[in-house]
Amino acid sequence: MEIDFTATGHIVGIDLGTTNSLVAFMDLTGPRIIPGADGDKLVPSVVSIAPSGEVIVGNPARELLMTQPDRSVYSVKRLMGRGVEDVREELKLFPFRVAEGSESVIQLQLGDRMFTPPEISALVLRQLKQNAEAYFGVSVDKAVITVPAYFNDAQRQATKDAGRIAGLEILRLVNEPTAAALAYGLDKRENGIVAVYDLGGGTFDISILKLHDGIFEVLATNGDTHLGGDDIDNLLLRIALEDVATEWGQDLAEDNEGIQRLRRAVIEAKERLSFVPSANIALEYHGRKYQREITRELFDKLITPIVNRTLGPCRDCIKDSGVGVDQIDEVVMVGGSTRIPLVRSAVETLFRSKPHTELNPDEVVALGAAVQAAILSGAVDNKLLLDVTPLSLGIETMGGVVSKLIHRNSTIPASATENFTTGVDGQTNVLIHVVQGERELVKDNRSLARFDLKGIDPVPAGLARIEVRFLIDANGILSVTARDQRTGKEHSVEVKPSYGLTDEQVEKMIQESFEQAEQDFAARQVREQRVEADAILLAVEKARKHGAYVELAEDERAAIDKAIKELQSVYNSDDHHLIAAKIEELNQATIKLAENMLKGSQT
Amino acid sequence: MTSDYYALLGVPRGLNVSLDELQTRYYALSRQLHPDRFMQKPEAERQRALDMSSALNDAYRTLKDPIKRAQYLLSQEGFDIGEQRSKDVPPELLEEVFELNMALEEMRSGDDSARPQLEQAEKNFSGMLAASDQELAALFAKYDEANSRDVLAQIRNVLNRRKYILNLVSEVEKTLETSHQQPATNNH
Repeated sequence: MEIDFTATGHIVGIDLGTTNSLVAFMDLTGPRIIPGADGDKLVPSVVSIAPSGEVIVGNPARELLMTQPDRSVYSVKRLMGRGVEDVREELKLFPFRVAEGSESVIQLQLGDRMFTPPEISALVLRQLKQNAEAYFGVSVDKAVITVPAYFNDAQRQATKDAGRIAGLEILRLVNEPTAAALAYGLDKRENGIVAVYDLGGGTFDISILKLHDGIFEVLATNGDTHLGGDDIDNLLLRIALEDVATEWGQDLAEDNEGIQRLRRAVIEAKERLSFVPSANIALEYHGRKYQREITRELFDKLITPIVNRTLGPCRDCIKDSGVGVDQIDEVVMVGGSTRIPLVRSAVETLFRSKPHTELNPDEVVALGAAVQAAILSGAVDNKLLLDVTPLSLGIETMGGVVSKLIHRNSTIPASATENFTTGVDGQTNVLIHVVQGERELVKDNRSLARFDLKGIDPVPAGLARIEVRFLIDANGILSVTARDQRTGKEHSVEVKPSYGLTDEQVEKMIQESFEQAEQDFAARQVREQRVEADAILLAVEKARKHGAYVELAEDERAAIDKAIKELQSVYNSDDHHLIAAKIEELNQATIKLAENMLKGSQT
Repeated sequence: MTSDYYALLGVPRGLNVSLDELQTRYYALSRQLHPDRFMQKPEAERQRALDMSSALNDAYRTLKDPIKRAQYLLSQEGFDIGEQRSKDVPPELLEEVFELNMALEEMRSGDDSARPQLEQAEKNFSGMLAASDQELAALFAKYDEANSRDVLAQIRNVLNRRKYILNLVSEVEKTLETSHQQPATNNH
């Protein structure tokens, strides 16, 4: 039987990365990356807002990062689902411009406009959606998006919000290392224990999986959502900034354009160091030159603390998985930072086996997302992912102590039921504070949300019996339902997320994003018509020097002149229909001229 | 939907279960019930799949672990295995726990001379844990043969003692670790 990979629409797989993002699709030949219009498979996760308001994403935005730094933003994934307090340290190292008054949800300023991190991510997603639509020639509105395995509830919710704002229905959030295992598993072993070490631009994950006849059961996962290539860049950047300060007597950190150019130079040197024993950080800026040699030896010494920070989570993950290091059959490397030789040797030492690096570490997550998309469409039915929740879920009890309900590394979907009652006569609501984390005290964990159970019958204290069900779905996202055990009726639960957008905010952003998309589309159409106008005006200009032009009747020449003038007069209009109409008129006016020229060339 | 974990996974009710059989059943049921299989189905079916597969995962997590399995069966049989009971000191440990608490106090107040005693206690308790695991294995077999409530009562006592010891061990580990990081002169 022929399997139809598009029977349920083109469901794409998206790797929404800190540094780069990719979109992929699976068909009978297997999963593959869909390139952008410029032919690149990697779309830099950089967004720039032109003074005209037009949104620019990817490679061109990466260039604008240097020339228009105050209108551009990168590595926004680090801010997803986080509050201003969380990222204070981060803000010292990254040129994020957080708007005044940002509270639970960060607002970033680009030019004169404000964006939340999910809105910025939505702009990247919209670009990937457009790339896929251009590739297939049909609309694409369903996707699987990958997230770091160690992402908490708020970070996952923020990613899902980004998808909705971009006009995508997110069928599933898949953990990045698990997706990578799925891509590797295609042509690899059927049974065994596999570890996936995923060090990307901004996040680190380690997952240990059991493979069994197409079942990919995650045994344990661990990580750090703020550890990656960015941190290595910042180490090198600090050295370069000190050098420049000494040599030039200038603090380049205060110069938005200068620091972005230096950052680019640092990244280029870092990337070369994975393949050569020594590389130069080289910058030419406003007629001044800076050069600094970094040897592999120095580089290794610099990044050792960062590499070591990945090893603790690896050991904890092995312990939690319940398997010994010797039982792990293979280690798979994912993420651009695993190209670094020191990272590879550290992993080899810890796991006592040579890690796999066959698949492109930048692409493997997106390929896995495409496989999961095919599973959800029903086209692939012999594979199944059984993933886990990375963090324990608990509720606040007396004295600020956490009572754990769902432990970390529980297979999802997972649920827990807890009974609540009232403490005061006639009390009609109960507030439940849900946290995520491993610590004993509420204040040491991550506040997730406050759930307000409303409409409880006013009865004497302790008589109410409310059964509350906590459910973590297959995306790793929590939902809470409550039922009165005496009356059997469902209670309404009002959710107050500690960090994140409310439903109303997301709805509003969807609307704005839709309008923005229309504006962008109109702007693009105008630009295209102007390109066409340029082409025809140039052609007519040339033709007027041709002998055939002189042979035309006077009224014919006058008609051409008129059409040229009219086209020139509407050239700067924002109405692409008008420009198109005038192009067509000039076209009509020059038909005879073109015919005559053709005849002339044939004789 | 059945709420009984044994019935859900289709394995015989007992304190010993075949882990291979459990895994085989779990994987087969996951292939049928996982939400991934229902993405193209109507909302009501998707919701049902979510409920079923979360129940299946909860069941597997409970039954594959011998301690959780025993606790589950005990609570099914009406035995109280609440937190409070495990806080009572098992009588046979009274003396040892008393001495241990003294040593923990000394250690916390910065007296590092209690370290060897604590390390020895940690070893002793770990030995007791291993012994209680053996004891449990024997009791599991005994219960599966006779289904006697008396055996379940014995199991509950071992479980409570085990939990008590586990808490002690983690207390000792924590104290040894934090005292290690602080200089001995750091007196509060």
